[in-house]
Amino acid sequence: MRNRRKIVNIVMLSLTGACTVVIIGILLVILGYLFWNGARYLTVDFFTKLPAPVGESGGGMANAIVGSGKLLLLAVLIGVPFGFLGGVYLAEFGTGIFPSVVRYMTDLLNGVPSIVIGIFAYGVVVARMHHFSTLAGGVALGVMMVPIALRTTEEFLRGVPQSLREGAMALGASKARTIATVVIPAAIKGIFSGMMLDLARVAGETAPLLFTSLGNRFWSPGWDKPTSALPEMIYHYAISPYDEWHRQAWAAGFVLLTLVLLVNIIARQVLARTSHAG
Amino acid sequence: MSTTREPETIVGSINQEPLTSSGSAPKQAETIKLSTERLNFHYGNYKALHDISLNFYANKITALIGPSGCGKSTFLRTLNRISETIRHTRIDGRITLDGEDVLALDVTNLRRRVGMVFQRPNPFPKSIFDNVAYGVRVNGMARGTSIREVVEKSLHRAALWDEVKDKLHETAHALSGGQQQRLCIARALAVDPEVLLLDEPCSALDPIATAKIEDLLFTLKDDCTIVIVTHNMQQAARVADNTGFFLLGKLIEFDQTEVIFKNPAAKETEDYITGRFG
Repeated sequence: MRNRRKIVNIVMLSLTGACTVVIIGILLVILGYLFWNGARYLTVDFFTKLPAPVGESGGGMANAIVGSGKLLLLAVLIGVPFGFLGGVYLAEFGTGIFPSVVRYMTDLLNGVPSIVIGIFAYGVVVARMHHFSTLAGGVALGVMMVPIALRTTEEFLRGVPQSLREGAMALGASKARTIATVVIPAAIKGIFSGMMLDLARVAGETAPLLFTSLGNRFWSPGWDKPTSALPEMIYHYAISPYDEWHRQAWAAGFVLLTLVLLVNIIARQVLARTSHAG
Repeated sequence: MSTTREPETIVGSINQEPLTSSGSAPKQAETIKLSTERLNFHYGNYKALHDISLNFYANKITALIGPSGCGKSTFLRTLNRISETIRHTRIDGRITLDGEDVLALDVTNLRRRVGMVFQRPNPFPKSIFDNVAYGVRVNGMARGTSIREVVEKSLHRAALWDEVKDKLHETAHALSGGQQQRLCIARALAVDPEVLLLDEPCSALDPIATAKIEDLLFTLKDDCTIVIVTHNMQQAARVADNTGFFLLGKLIEFDQTEVIFKNPAAKETEDYITGRFG
């Protein structure tokens, strides 16, 4: 009897362990593969130069890096305010039918395929302006950010103990004042890290950009011209017939993944610190 | 905000005698600071308090005792109307503070005058200084330099100053449980309340921290009217001038603490005091 328990223990432990190793292994293989294929072709030019014409060697993706930055900035400006304020509403004022409808709709929006969001942004921005633009791409990514930004805000605000709210209100603070000066500050690190993870998620989106910011082999001044972005460049370079472009696509993939990992690590660090101070 | 409180003699206007049975109960000369008259409280359809009529005398400590779920905390929470923050609750009856109708007062102003300390220490995730300054800032009473003075004075009054004077700007969460609770008392004192409500303030503390808080209550009595809910009958016997015994949402008996513990009128009180139930 005792032996059987030990055997079951060993079997189950090995199974769970093996699954963990496989999952981690896949991530490590992807990382290693990207590093091997991408990091080798990473040069200073990659960060500073425009794409070179076909047949020419060299060139870089400076415009795509800047383009990605601008798109993500727009996404944050759109996604964060809507998500944050909506989350505050749901967490602090949300009782009854309407908030649960909002919550449900948000989850649905989160499940909408990114390419559909791209078509939406195409219809709302591109079709109206009659041309592709950074603005349209930013709108698409911003809309994609909203559901997670909203639900993370709601979850972290709900995690703030009721006793803190009562403590503030017992001192004569109004509900709005309590939320602004006690509840939100207590949850802000969690909300911030949630937003960072949200941003990291949309940073790698390609599909919605194909309809909206299109792509551009040159600098894209302002906000109303088509622009290049890292995921979009990877897509176009990877399906091209040129070896030189393939190598650059690997390098771009490596840079994109590094950026996303970096954002993830920062977010986790911030969150880890909450548990001590919070 | 004027801090001059006129000890109005309103004894005559309140006919309802406290439910004393010995006749030796609180003398006529004492001023009624806070009073409830036929107070009922509902959570949805559940009636938690039945016709509670009780007087709290100025500069006295009143203890409310009774078994868990008897409504003593619920009752306490109606006195500063913090109970209103829970949905689907209703108060019927009359509560008066210096003769003013509490249910008609501006709730922010009421809670400045009637401070509260909770069962578990609930310091805000801010610095020690900002915790104590919170109520002052919210109520916009002091400005600039004087906030510092208020903070220092309040920490002195809560017998915490010597322990924290060198780390006012460190997080309040680094303090021990007993220190946190005294910080919460300092926070409540900072807005100079006329009445201080304490909801089992020592239940999460060790005996030494408990003794400190009890000593503190004696010194605070000079400026405040104190109401303390406690599970600990020895505590009630040690600190309180008057004691009320609650059972199943009703006030069974209210009298001088000595009478309650030595010569209770109601059979239920005696059974509870002697540990026959509860």
